[in-house]
Amino acid sequence: MTFLDELGRFLGSENVREQLGRNLLEHCYLALLPLVLGVVLAIGAGWLGRGRRRMRGALFVVGNVLYTIPSLALFLVIPGIIGTKITSSVNVVLALTIYTTALLVRPVLDALDNVPAHVVASATALGYRPARRFLAVELPLAVPVLAAGVRVASVSNISLVSVGALIGTGGLGVLFTDGFQRTYFAPIVVGIVLTVLLALVVDVLLVALRRVLTPWDRTAPTRAEVTAA
Amino acid sequence: MITELADWVSDPANWQGPDGVPARVLEHLGYVGLGLVLAAVIAVPVGLFVGHTGRGGVLLVGSGNAIRALPTLGLVTFLFLVFTDSLVAAIVGLVVLAIPPILAGTYAGIQAVDRDVVDAAEGMGMRGWQRLWRIEVPISLPLVLGGVRNAVLQLVATAAVAAYVGLDGLGRYLIDGLANLDYGAVVAGAIVTALLAVTLDLLLAGAQRVVLPKGVRLATGTGPSAAAEPTREVTA
Repeated sequence: MTFLDELGRFLGSENVREQLGRNLLEHCYLALLPLVLGVVLAIGAGWLGRGRRRMRGALFVVGNVLYTIPSLALFLVIPGIIGTKITSSVNVVLALTIYTTALLVRPVLDALDNVPAHVVASATALGYRPARRFLAVELPLAVPVLAAGVRVASVSNISLVSVGALIGTGGLGVLFTDGFQRTYFAPIVVGIVLTVLLALVVDVLLVALRRVLTPWDRTAPTRAEVTAA
Repeated sequence: MITELADWVSDPANWQGPDGVPARVLEHLGYVGLGLVLAAVIAVPVGLFVGHTGRGGVLLVGSGNAIRALPTLGLVTFLFLVFTDSLVAAIVGLVVLAIPPILAGTYAGIQAVDRDVVDAAEGMGMRGWQRLWRIEVPISLPLVLGGVRNAVLQLVATAAVAAYVGLDGLGRYLIDGLANLDYGAVVAGAIVTALLAVTLDLLLAGAQRVVLPKGVRLATGTGPSAAAEPTREVTA
Protein backbone atom coordinates (compact mmCIF):
# COMPACT_ATOMS: atom_id res chain seq x y z
CA MET A 1 0.00 0.00 0.00
CA THR A 2 1.46 3.36 -0.94
CA PHE A 3 1.64 6.22 1.47
CA LEU A 4 -1.04 8.17 -0.40
CA ASP A 5 -3.51 5.28 -0.05
CA GLU A 6 -2.70 5.16 3.65
CA LEU A 7 -3.24 8.90 3.94
CA GLY A 8 -6.50 8.69 2.02
CA ARG A 9 -7.80 5.96 4.28
CA PHE A 10 -6.77 7.83 7.40
CA LEU A 11 -8.40 11.10 6.33
CA GLY A 12 -11.41 9.27 4.83
CA SER A 13 -12.71 8.29 8.23
CA GLU A 14 -15.25 10.70 9.67
CA ASN A 15 -14.15 9.87 13.22
CA VAL A 16 -10.58 10.78 12.41
CA ARG A 17 -11.60 14.10 10.87
CA GLU A 18 -13.70 15.00 13.90
CA GLN A 19 -10.82 14.08 16.18
CA LEU A 20 -8.43 16.18 14.07
CA GLY A 21 -10.70 19.19 14.47
CA ARG A 22 -10.73 18.76 18.24
CA ASN A 23 -6.95 18.34 18.35
CA LEU A 24 -6.46 21.44 16.25
CA LEU A 25 -8.74 23.55 18.46
CA GLU A 26 -7.04 22.30 21.59
CA HIS A 27 -3.65 23.02 20.02
CA CYS A 28 -4.70 26.62 19.30
CA TYR A 29 -5.89 27.07 22.85
CA LEU A 30 -2.74 25.57 24.40
CA ALA A 31 -0.41 27.66 22.20
CA LEU A 32 -2.27 30.98 22.03
CA LEU A 33 -3.50 31.42 25.59
CA PRO A 34 0.15 31.47 26.81
CA LEU A 35 0.97 33.89 24.00
CA VAL A 36 -1.63 36.37 25.27
CA LEU A 37 -0.64 35.86 28.92
CA GLY A 38 3.05 36.23 28.03
CA VAL A 39 2.48 39.50 26.17
CA VAL A 40 0.58 40.92 29.16
CA LEU A 41 3.28 39.79 31.60
CA ALA A 42 6.11 41.12 29.42
CA ILE A 43 4.39 44.49 29.17
CA GLY A 44 4.03 44.46 32.95
CA ALA A 45 7.72 43.66 33.27
CA GLY A 46 8.43 46.50 30.85
CA TRP A 47 6.47 48.90 33.06
CA LEU A 48 8.50 47.77 36.05
CA GLY A 49 11.91 47.67 34.41
CA ARG A 50 11.96 50.69 32.10
CA GLY A 51 14.49 53.27 33.07
CA ARG A 52 15.75 51.18 36.01
CA ARG A 53 19.10 49.63 35.22
CA ARG A 54 19.30 47.09 38.03
CA MET A 55 15.73 45.90 37.63
CA ARG A 56 16.36 45.59 33.90
CA GLY A 57 19.47 43.50 34.47
CA ALA A 58 17.65 41.24 36.91
CA LEU A 59 14.74 40.75 34.49
CA PHE A 60 17.14 39.85 31.67
CA VAL A 61 19.00 37.28 33.77
CA VAL A 62 15.82 35.62 35.02
CA GLY A 63 14.33 35.62 31.52
CA ASN A 64 17.48 34.15 30.01
CA VAL A 65 17.74 31.32 32.54
CA LEU A 66 14.05 30.40 32.24
CA TYR A 67 14.28 30.43 28.46
CA THR A 68 17.19 28.01 28.61
CA ILE A 69 15.22 25.23 30.34
CA PRO A 70 14.20 22.47 27.89
CA SER A 71 10.43 22.27 27.34
CA LEU A 72 9.89 18.68 28.46
CA ALA A 73 11.89 19.37 31.62
CA LEU A 74 9.92 22.56 32.37
CA PHE A 75 6.58 20.77 31.79
CA LEU A 76 7.67 18.28 34.46
CA VAL A 77 9.38 20.60 36.95
CA ILE A 78 6.31 22.86 37.25
CA PRO A 79 4.07 20.23 38.90
CA GLY A 80 6.93 19.58 41.33
CA ILE A 81 6.87 23.25 42.33
CA ILE A 82 3.20 24.24 42.27
CA GLY A 83 1.69 20.83 43.00
CA THR A 84 -0.49 20.41 39.90
CA LYS A 85 -1.13 16.93 38.53
CA ILE A 86 1.80 15.88 36.37
CA THR A 87 -0.46 15.31 33.33
CA SER A 88 -2.39 18.56 33.75
CA SER A 89 -2.51 20.93 30.78
CA VAL A 90 -1.99 23.78 33.26
CA ASN A 91 1.71 22.79 33.27
CA VAL A 92 1.95 23.28 29.50
CA VAL A 93 0.11 26.60 29.55
CA LEU A 94 2.27 27.86 32.40
CA ALA A 95 5.53 26.68 30.80
CA LEU A 96 4.71 28.32 27.47
CA THR A 97 3.66 31.51 29.28
CA ILE A 98 7.09 31.53 30.93
CA TYR A 99 8.87 31.08 27.58
CA THR A 100 6.79 33.78 25.90
CA THR A 101 7.41 36.26 28.72
CA ALA A 102 11.12 35.44 28.84
CA LEU A 103 11.43 35.90 25.09
CA LEU A 104 9.57 39.23 25.06
CA VAL A 105 11.06 40.94 28.13
CA ARG A 106 14.21 42.12 26.36
CA PRO A 107 12.60 43.48 23.17
CA VAL A 108 9.86 45.20 25.19
CA LEU A 109 12.39 46.89 27.47
CA ASP A 110 14.65 47.84 24.58
CA ALA A 111 11.70 49.29 22.67
CA LEU A 112 10.42 51.25 25.68
CA ASP A 113 13.87 52.65 26.38
CA ASN A 114 14.17 53.70 22.74
CA VAL A 115 11.04 55.86 22.79
CA PRO A 116 12.49 59.33 22.06
CA ALA A 117 12.71 61.48 25.17
CA HIS A 118 11.06 64.42 23.40
CA VAL A 119 7.99 62.29 22.64
CA VAL A 120 7.64 61.37 26.32
CA ALA A 121 8.22 65.01 27.29
CA SER A 122 5.55 66.22 24.82
CA ALA A 123 3.04 63.73 26.22
CA THR A 124 3.84 64.87 29.74
CA ALA A 125 3.47 68.52 28.69
CA LEU A 126 0.08 67.68 27.19
CA GLY A 127 -0.99 66.51 30.63
CA TYR A 128 -0.64 62.72 30.28
CA ARG A 129 -0.11 61.08 33.67
CA PRO A 130 2.49 58.25 33.78
CA ALA A 131 0.03 55.33 33.51
CA ARG A 132 -1.90 56.85 30.61
CA ARG A 133 1.30 58.01 28.93
CA PHE A 134 2.65 54.46 29.13
CA LEU A 135 -0.49 52.90 27.61
CA ALA A 136 -1.28 55.60 25.05
CA VAL A 137 2.16 56.77 23.91
CA GLU A 138 5.10 54.61 24.93
CA LEU A 139 3.50 51.18 24.45
CA PRO A 140 2.08 51.87 20.96
CA LEU A 141 5.52 53.05 19.86
CA ALA A 142 6.95 49.74 21.11
CA VAL A 143 4.44 47.69 19.10
CA PRO A 144 6.63 47.01 16.02
CA VAL A 145 9.41 45.52 18.14
CA LEU A 146 6.92 43.71 20.37
CA ALA A 147 5.16 42.28 17.30
CA ALA A 148 8.43 40.90 15.95
CA GLY A 149 8.98 39.09 19.25
CA VAL A 150 5.40 37.84 19.38
CA ARG A 151 5.79 36.28 15.93
CA VAL A 152 8.83 34.30 17.06
CA ALA A 153 7.04 33.28 20.27
CA SER A 154 3.92 32.13 18.43
CA VAL A 155 5.85 29.85 16.07
CA SER A 156 7.80 28.49 19.00
CA ASN A 157 4.68 27.90 21.14
CA ILE A 158 2.78 26.19 18.34
CA SER A 159 5.72 23.87 17.76
CA LEU A 160 6.24 23.20 21.49
CA VAL A 161 2.66 22.28 22.39
CA SER A 162 3.21 18.93 20.65
CA VAL A 163 5.78 17.93 23.26
CA GLY A 164 2.90 18.10 25.76
CA ALA A 165 1.56 14.88 24.24
CA LEU A 166 4.33 13.08 26.15
CA ILE A 167 2.82 14.15 29.47
CA GLY A 168 -0.70 13.43 28.24
CA THR A 169 -2.09 16.83 27.21
CA GLY A 170 -4.02 17.08 23.96
CA GLY A 171 -3.36 19.03 20.81
CA LEU A 172 -1.84 17.85 17.57
CA GLY A 173 1.02 16.13 19.42
CA VAL A 174 -1.37 13.24 20.12
CA LEU A 175 -1.08 12.36 16.42
CA PHE A 176 2.66 11.77 16.84
CA THR A 177 2.36 9.45 19.84
CA ASP A 178 -0.52 7.66 18.10
CA GLY A 179 1.45 7.20 14.87
CA PHE A 180 4.51 6.04 16.78
CA GLN A 181 2.59 3.46 18.83
CA ARG A 182 0.84 2.03 15.74
CA THR A 183 3.87 2.39 13.39
CA TYR A 184 1.60 4.42 11.17
CA PHE A 185 2.91 7.29 9.01
CA ALA A 186 -0.40 8.98 8.18
CA PRO A 187 -1.19 10.61 11.55
CA ILE A 188 2.42 11.79 11.97
CA VAL A 189 2.55 13.43 8.55
CA VAL A 190 -0.89 15.00 9.00
CA GLY A 191 0.18 16.28 12.42
CA ILE A 192 3.38 17.86 11.08
CA VAL A 193 1.56 19.49 8.16
CA LEU A 194 -1.23 20.85 10.36
CA THR A 195 1.26 22.23 12.92
CA VAL A 196 3.30 24.03 10.27
CA LEU A 197 0.13 25.36 8.58
CA LEU A 198 -1.22 26.59 11.90
CA ALA A 199 2.06 28.39 12.60
CA LEU A 200 1.89 30.00 9.16
CA VAL A 201 -1.74 31.13 9.49
CA VAL A 202 -1.18 32.61 12.95
CA ASP A 203 1.93 34.40 11.66
CA VAL A 204 -0.03 35.99 8.81
CA LEU A 205 -2.74 37.07 11.29
CA LEU A 206 -0.11 38.59 13.59
CA VAL A 207 1.40 40.60 10.73
CA ALA A 208 -2.10 41.88 9.90
CA LEU A 209 -2.73 42.73 13.56
CA ARG A 210 0.52 44.65 13.73
CA ARG A 211 -0.48 46.72 10.72
CA VAL A 212 -3.83 47.53 12.31
CA LEU A 213 -2.12 48.58 15.53
CA THR A 214 0.48 50.83 13.87
CA PRO A 215 -1.42 52.92 11.30
CA TRP A 216 1.41 55.50 11.21
CA ASP A 217 3.94 52.94 10.05
CA ARG A 218 2.46 51.35 6.93
CA THR A 219 5.02 52.24 4.33
CA ALA A 220 7.91 49.84 4.70
CA PRO A 221 8.58 46.86 6.96
CA THR A 222 10.62 47.89 9.99
CA ARG A 223 14.11 46.70 10.71
CA ALA A 224 12.87 44.57 13.60
CA GLU A 225 10.40 42.86 11.31
CA VAL A 226 13.01 42.07 8.73
CA THR A 227 15.35 40.49 11.28
CA ALA A 228 12.52 38.40 12.73
CA ALA A 229 11.36 37.19 9.33
CA MET B 1 5.94 15.06 45.13
CA ILE B 2 8.68 16.67 47.24
CA THR B 3 9.13 13.54 49.37
CA GLU B 4 9.28 11.34 46.25
CA LEU B 5 11.90 13.67 44.83
CA ALA B 6 13.94 13.61 48.05
CA ASP B 7 13.73 9.82 48.20
CA TRP B 8 14.93 9.50 44.63
CA VAL B 9 17.79 11.95 45.04
CA SER B 10 18.99 10.39 48.31
CA ASP B 11 19.03 6.85 46.89
CA PRO B 12 22.70 6.14 46.03
CA ALA B 13 21.62 3.61 43.39
CA ASN B 14 20.46 6.53 41.23
CA TRP B 15 23.94 8.05 41.17
CA GLN B 16 26.00 5.11 39.89
CA GLY B 17 26.03 2.47 37.18
CA PRO B 18 24.64 2.69 33.64
CA ASP B 19 21.29 4.14 34.84
CA GLY B 20 22.90 6.62 37.23
CA VAL B 21 22.84 10.37 36.77
CA PRO B 22 26.56 10.74 35.78
CA ALA B 23 26.24 8.08 33.05
CA ARG B 24 23.01 9.62 31.74
CA VAL B 25 24.50 13.11 31.72
CA LEU B 26 27.50 11.84 29.72
CA GLU B 27 25.21 10.10 27.22
CA HIS B 28 23.18 13.26 26.85
CA LEU B 29 26.32 15.33 26.31
CA GLY B 30 27.47 12.79 23.74
CA TYR B 31 24.31 13.22 21.66
CA VAL B 32 24.47 16.99 21.97
CA GLY B 33 28.15 17.01 20.94
CA LEU B 34 27.65 14.67 17.99
CA GLY B 35 24.59 16.59 16.78
CA LEU B 36 26.43 19.88 17.14
CA VAL B 37 29.54 18.77 15.23
CA LEU B 38 27.53 17.29 12.35
CA ALA B 39 25.26 20.33 12.15
CA ALA B 40 28.21 22.75 12.28
CA VAL B 41 30.05 20.87 9.52
CA ILE B 42 27.04 21.50 7.28
CA ALA B 43 25.83 24.90 8.51
CA VAL B 44 29.03 26.90 9.04
CA PRO B 45 30.40 26.61 5.48
CA VAL B 46 26.97 27.33 3.98
CA GLY B 47 26.50 30.31 6.30
CA LEU B 48 29.97 31.63 5.46
CA PHE B 49 29.34 31.25 1.74
CA VAL B 50 25.95 32.94 1.82
CA GLY B 51 27.15 35.69 4.14
CA HIS B 52 30.34 36.33 2.17
CA THR B 53 28.81 36.30 -1.31
CA GLY B 54 25.36 37.57 -0.34
CA ARG B 55 23.81 34.92 -2.59
CA GLY B 56 20.82 32.92 -1.33
CA GLY B 57 20.17 34.94 1.82
CA VAL B 58 16.41 35.04 1.32
CA LEU B 59 16.21 31.31 0.69
CA LEU B 60 18.33 30.64 3.78
CA VAL B 61 16.21 32.77 6.08
CA GLY B 62 12.98 31.36 4.65
CA SER B 63 13.94 27.71 5.01
CA GLY B 64 15.25 28.39 8.52
CA ASN B 65 11.82 29.73 9.46
CA ALA B 66 10.04 26.70 8.01
CA ILE B 67 12.24 24.34 10.05
CA ARG B 68 11.61 26.41 13.18
CA ALA B 69 7.90 25.62 12.86
CA LEU B 70 8.57 21.86 12.67
CA PRO B 71 7.29 20.12 15.80
CA THR B 72 10.20 18.29 17.43
CA LEU B 73 8.15 15.30 18.52
CA GLY B 74 6.62 14.95 15.05
CA LEU B 75 10.04 15.04 13.40
CA VAL B 76 11.53 12.50 15.78
CA THR B 77 8.65 10.01 15.52
CA PHE B 78 8.59 10.42 11.73
CA LEU B 79 12.33 9.75 11.47
CA PHE B 80 11.99 6.73 13.75
CA LEU B 81 9.41 5.17 11.43
CA VAL B 82 11.72 5.89 8.48
CA PHE B 83 14.95 4.54 9.99
CA THR B 84 13.46 2.10 12.56
CA ASP B 85 16.49 2.76 14.75
CA SER B 86 16.25 5.16 17.64
CA LEU B 87 19.88 6.32 17.58
CA VAL B 88 19.97 7.05 13.84
CA ALA B 89 16.55 8.73 13.93
CA ALA B 90 17.49 10.86 16.92
CA ILE B 91 20.84 11.99 15.50
CA VAL B 92 19.29 12.93 12.16
CA GLY B 93 16.57 14.84 14.01
CA LEU B 94 19.14 16.61 16.19
CA VAL B 95 21.17 17.66 13.16
CA VAL B 96 18.11 18.91 11.27
CA LEU B 97 17.02 21.06 14.22
CA ALA B 98 20.52 22.36 15.05
CA ILE B 99 21.34 23.52 11.52
CA PRO B 100 19.03 26.57 11.31
CA PRO B 101 20.34 28.41 14.40
CA ILE B 102 23.99 27.87 13.43
CA LEU B 103 23.26 28.89 9.86
CA ALA B 104 21.41 32.01 11.00
CA GLY B 105 24.19 32.95 13.44
CA THR B 106 26.95 32.49 10.86
CA TYR B 107 25.06 34.37 8.19
CA ALA B 108 24.12 37.20 10.54
CA GLY B 109 27.71 37.36 11.83
CA ILE B 110 29.23 37.76 8.38
CA GLN B 111 26.52 40.22 7.36
CA ALA B 112 27.17 42.31 10.46
CA VAL B 113 30.80 42.92 9.54
CA ASP B 114 31.27 46.62 8.78
CA ARG B 115 31.66 47.05 4.99
CA ASP B 116 34.29 49.75 5.57
CA VAL B 117 36.46 47.23 7.40
CA VAL B 118 36.18 44.80 4.47
CA ASP B 119 36.98 47.61 2.04
CA ALA B 120 40.03 48.57 4.10
CA ALA B 121 41.20 44.95 4.02
CA GLU B 122 40.78 44.88 0.26
CA GLY B 123 42.68 48.15 0.01
CA MET B 124 45.52 46.54 1.95
CA GLY B 125 45.67 43.88 -0.75
CA MET B 126 43.90 41.00 0.96
CA ARG B 127 42.30 38.47 -1.35
CA GLY B 128 38.80 36.98 -0.90
CA TRP B 129 39.91 34.04 1.24
CA GLN B 130 42.21 36.19 3.34
CA ARG B 131 39.44 38.69 3.96
CA LEU B 132 37.10 35.85 4.95
CA TRP B 133 39.53 34.15 7.37
CA ARG B 134 41.38 37.11 8.80
CA ILE B 135 38.64 39.75 8.89
CA GLU B 136 35.11 38.43 8.52
CA VAL B 137 35.42 35.21 10.53
CA PRO B 138 37.08 36.70 13.65
CA ILE B 139 34.71 39.66 13.74
CA SER B 140 31.64 37.48 13.29
CA LEU B 141 32.74 34.79 15.74
CA PRO B 142 30.63 36.05 18.68
CA LEU B 143 27.48 35.94 16.56
CA VAL B 144 28.42 32.52 15.19
CA LEU B 145 28.79 31.32 18.77
CA GLY B 146 25.42 32.92 19.52
CA GLY B 147 23.98 30.59 16.88
CA VAL B 148 25.84 27.67 18.45
CA ARG B 149 24.36 28.63 21.82
CA ASN B 150 20.84 28.50 20.42
CA ALA B 151 21.65 25.21 18.71
CA VAL B 152 22.92 23.66 21.95
CA LEU B 153 19.71 24.56 23.79
CA GLN B 154 17.74 23.05 20.95
CA LEU B 155 19.90 19.89 21.08
CA VAL B 156 19.61 19.38 24.86
CA ALA B 157 15.83 19.76 24.61
CA THR B 158 15.44 17.56 21.55
CA ALA B 159 17.65 14.78 22.91
CA ALA B 160 15.33 14.63 25.95
CA VAL B 161 12.25 14.40 23.73
CA ALA B 162 13.95 11.70 21.61
CA ALA B 163 13.94 9.41 24.66
CA TYR B 164 10.35 8.78 23.61
CA VAL B 165 11.57 6.81 20.57
CA GLY B 166 14.17 4.96 22.66
CA LEU B 167 17.21 7.23 22.87
CA ASP B 168 19.25 6.97 26.09
CA GLY B 169 20.40 10.02 28.05
CA LEU B 170 18.52 12.14 30.59
CA GLY B 171 15.22 11.83 28.76
CA ARG B 172 15.04 8.22 30.02
CA TYR B 173 14.23 9.46 33.54
CA LEU B 174 11.39 11.58 32.16
CA ILE B 175 9.85 9.05 29.78
CA ASP B 176 10.38 5.92 31.91
CA GLY B 177 9.38 7.77 35.07
CA LEU B 178 6.11 8.84 33.44
CA ALA B 179 5.47 5.29 32.20
CA ASN B 180 6.18 3.76 35.64
CA LEU B 181 4.48 6.57 37.59
CA ASP B 182 7.83 7.16 39.33
CA TYR B 183 7.40 10.90 39.82
CA GLY B 184 10.55 11.23 41.90
CA ALA B 185 12.59 10.13 38.88
CA VAL B 186 10.56 12.37 36.57
CA VAL B 187 11.07 15.56 38.56
CA ALA B 188 14.71 14.78 39.41
CA GLY B 189 15.44 14.03 35.74
CA ALA B 190 13.71 17.24 34.70
CA ILE B 191 15.78 19.26 37.16
CA VAL B 192 19.07 17.66 36.04
CA THR B 193 18.15 18.29 32.38
CA ALA B 194 17.35 21.93 33.13
CA LEU B 195 20.62 22.36 35.05
CA LEU B 196 22.57 20.82 32.17
CA ALA B 197 21.02 23.27 29.71
CA VAL B 198 21.64 26.28 31.95
CA THR B 199 25.26 25.23 32.59
CA LEU B 200 26.05 24.71 28.90
CA ASP B 201 24.48 28.07 28.07
CA LEU B 202 26.59 29.83 30.70
CA LEU B 203 29.77 28.18 29.40
CA LEU B 204 29.00 29.25 25.85
CA ALA B 205 28.15 32.78 26.99
CA GLY B 206 31.62 32.87 28.57
CA ALA B 207 33.18 31.58 25.35
CA GLN B 208 31.43 34.33 23.41
CA ARG B 209 33.12 36.92 25.56
CA VAL B 210 36.52 35.29 25.17
CA VAL B 211 36.46 35.10 21.37
CA LEU B 212 35.44 38.72 20.82
CA PRO B 213 38.38 40.29 18.96
CA LYS B 214 40.11 43.01 20.96
CA GLY B 215 39.75 45.47 18.10
CA VAL B 216 35.98 45.06 18.04
CA ARG B 217 35.79 45.45 21.80
CA LEU B 218 37.75 48.68 21.62
CA ALA B 219 35.83 49.95 18.60
CA THR B 220 32.35 49.42 20.06
CA GLY B 221 33.47 50.44 23.55
CA THR B 222 30.38 48.75 24.98
CA GLY B 223 32.11 45.58 26.09
CA PRO B 224 31.32 42.19 24.69
CA SER B 225 27.83 41.73 26.09
CA ALA B 226 26.01 43.90 23.57
CA ALA B 227 27.39 42.01 20.60
CA ALA B 228 27.37 38.63 22.27
CA GLU B 229 23.74 38.32 23.30
CA PRO B 230 22.09 35.93 20.85
CA THR B 231 18.62 36.39 19.45
CA ARG B 232 16.63 33.66 21.16
CA GLU B 233 14.72 31.42 18.82
CA VAL B 234 14.66 27.92 20.27
CA THR B 235 11.63 25.78 19.60
CA ALA B 236 12.09 22.56 21.56
